[in-house]
Amino acid sequence: MVSGGVSKFAKARPDATFQKIVKESFDYAMNDVPKLKHSMIDGSVVSYFSDHFTRQLMAGIMAVDYLGLCPKPNKRIEGGGATGGLCFQAGWEAVASGRMNVCAAFGFETMSRVPTWKGNEFIALASDVNFDYPVGGFYSGYYAMMVNRHMHEFGTTVEQLAMVSVKNHMNAYGNPYAQKRRKLTIADVRNSAMVAYPLTLLDICVMSDGAATCILADEETAFKLTDHPVKITGVGTGTDMMRMSDRPHGEVLLAPNEKKSDYRNLKYPGVHSFRAGRSAGLQAYKMAGITDPLKQLDFVELHDAYTSSEIQTYEDLALCKYGDGGKFVEAGYPFMPQIDYGMKLPKKGALPVNPSGGLIACGHPVGATGLMQAVFAFWQIQGSIKKHYGSPELQLKKANRGLIHSHAGTGTYVTVSIMERGW
Amino acid sequence: MAKKNPSKRPAASSKFEEPMTGTTVFNVPLPADLKALKGTSPIVVKQPYNIEYLHSYGQDSPFFAGLSNKKLLGTKCPKCDYTWATPRLACTQCGGETDWVEIPQTGRVHTFTTCYFGGEEFLKETPFHLVLVEFDGVDTLLLSRLLGPAQPEEIKIGMKIKAKFRRNSQLKPTDVYFVPA
Repeated sequence: MVSGGVSKFAKARPDATFQKIVKESFDYAMNDVPKLKHSMIDGSVVSYFSDHFTRQLMAGIMAVDYLGLCPKPNKRIEGGGATGGLCFQAGWEAVASGRMNVCAAFGFETMSRVPTWKGNEFIALASDVNFDYPVGGFYSGYYAMMVNRHMHEFGTTVEQLAMVSVKNHMNAYGNPYAQKRRKLTIADVRNSAMVAYPLTLLDICVMSDGAATCILADEETAFKLTDHPVKITGVGTGTDMMRMSDRPHGEVLLAPNEKKSDYRNLKYPGVHSFRAGRSAGLQAYKMAGITDPLKQLDFVELHDAYTSSEIQTYEDLALCKYGDGGKFVEAGYPFMPQIDYGMKLPKKGALPVNPSGGLIACGHPVGATGLMQAVFAFWQIQGSIKKHYGSPELQLKKANRGLIHSHAGTGTYVTVSIMERGW
Repeated sequence: MAKKNPSKRPAASSKFEEPMTGTTVFNVPLPADLKALKGTSPIVVKQPYNIEYLHSYGQDSPFFAGLSNKKLLGTKCPKCDYTWATPRLACTQCGGETDWVEIPQTGRVHTFTTCYFGGEEFLKETPFHLVLVEFDGVDTLLLSRLLGPAQPEEIKIGMKIKAKFRRNSQLKPTDVYFVPA
């Protein structure tokens, strides 16, 4: 990866169509590597989640032609919430296969075109319309059921969930691209409106308008364009059955740092864990040569559509054992070392998770989200946070290797990509 | 931020919801100087997007016929001896075809939630409880509504519940719902 750009995520951008919002992120990425000429781009991949939000079929090509990338190759990538992560990996595939030397991967969503509750209906159509949508019709309800089982199985608490919200909103305070930059307490999170018991408004990400672009290149071209490229050293993609009710209750897919005896009585994945996330993580770790992710990663940008799914994902990614996600956040591992959260955190900063503020605070314009994570991780590894955020507050001292994680459905598609300092 | 409300009275709204109504306008002003146009405010119009589908339940249809006859039907793989509470006609283990079987009408709460908001179609029904139901001798779960408890605190994981059926079938999965047994 040689460059990236993100549009400021906002609740509503009536001033621009999706093409222009994509162009803002694309132009930013192009301007960041002046040696990259438009003519050097061999093709592109584009992602957006829902045709219902755009009310425009083939919106992808309209972004491509607006960027002046015709008649070069392009395709649209879609996979629910993981759309952006899948698009990032499709861009990587185009370069890794040798088909392109330089590939632009960009994605967008303009969700403000419908009221919030209609938007929730559109999102819920990404659940089985024979058996699930007509009963629940609400993703926050599905995630609330999963976390209630997680709490039952492992003793996770609502205060531990709230700590994730406090962390991510506080981190976003230093990120000018974020939609919600707030200083909160655990009490604020618990006292906000109940959406789906036990998840409150502040446990859940918001809908956004936004776009993000990543420019990917082969190693030789990358070094011609920049002295500080970031290498993608591992990719993994996991899947699971659409209906939560169909998930098996079997044996844990073991990470290299786990033993069968760790999980004698655990029925896996059930509805408390994401087998697709574990599968994607294991593939990416194997490819990148990671055997102890907590020690070998410097930071993680993961798909925190819900505070609960952040905690579940710590476990899927083997940052801690299954069941220990709540204790992991309580001990302070995923907090930023340099930020004062007003809490006692003995292990603070051991492995910062969502330094950018994640989906909860940055927003979740679905087709852009996974690419946004790649851009924030790219800047973090380059050490260029000050340049792009206007303040060094969120720059980690050691950021040589990061993980990005994009997640769809009730854990239906999950992508994990490992990014490392390339110079 | 929202504070605890000791009076229990509903709080006055602190923001206006964005309306989906507008004013009928037949013309808008245009400046003579075209250079000023890039600063123009966006024009936002309302456009309908209504579609009626003839949705087929396809091979899942017998489940709905079962509900209208007060039966809960699942499927079972004859080779793997694996039973689905939410039917599927292809086995996820071996890929073979499964057979229809009747499953029990009593089960337990595997997990639950109470939805205070929802997709637009279901907003008027909130708050309501969702449950994933587990059954003895069945390998997977069924998503359903739980009626009876007033508050989520009254619902416990593992609680025994039983199926009830709507008298007038709507041919929807909500033709069955559960109540405490």
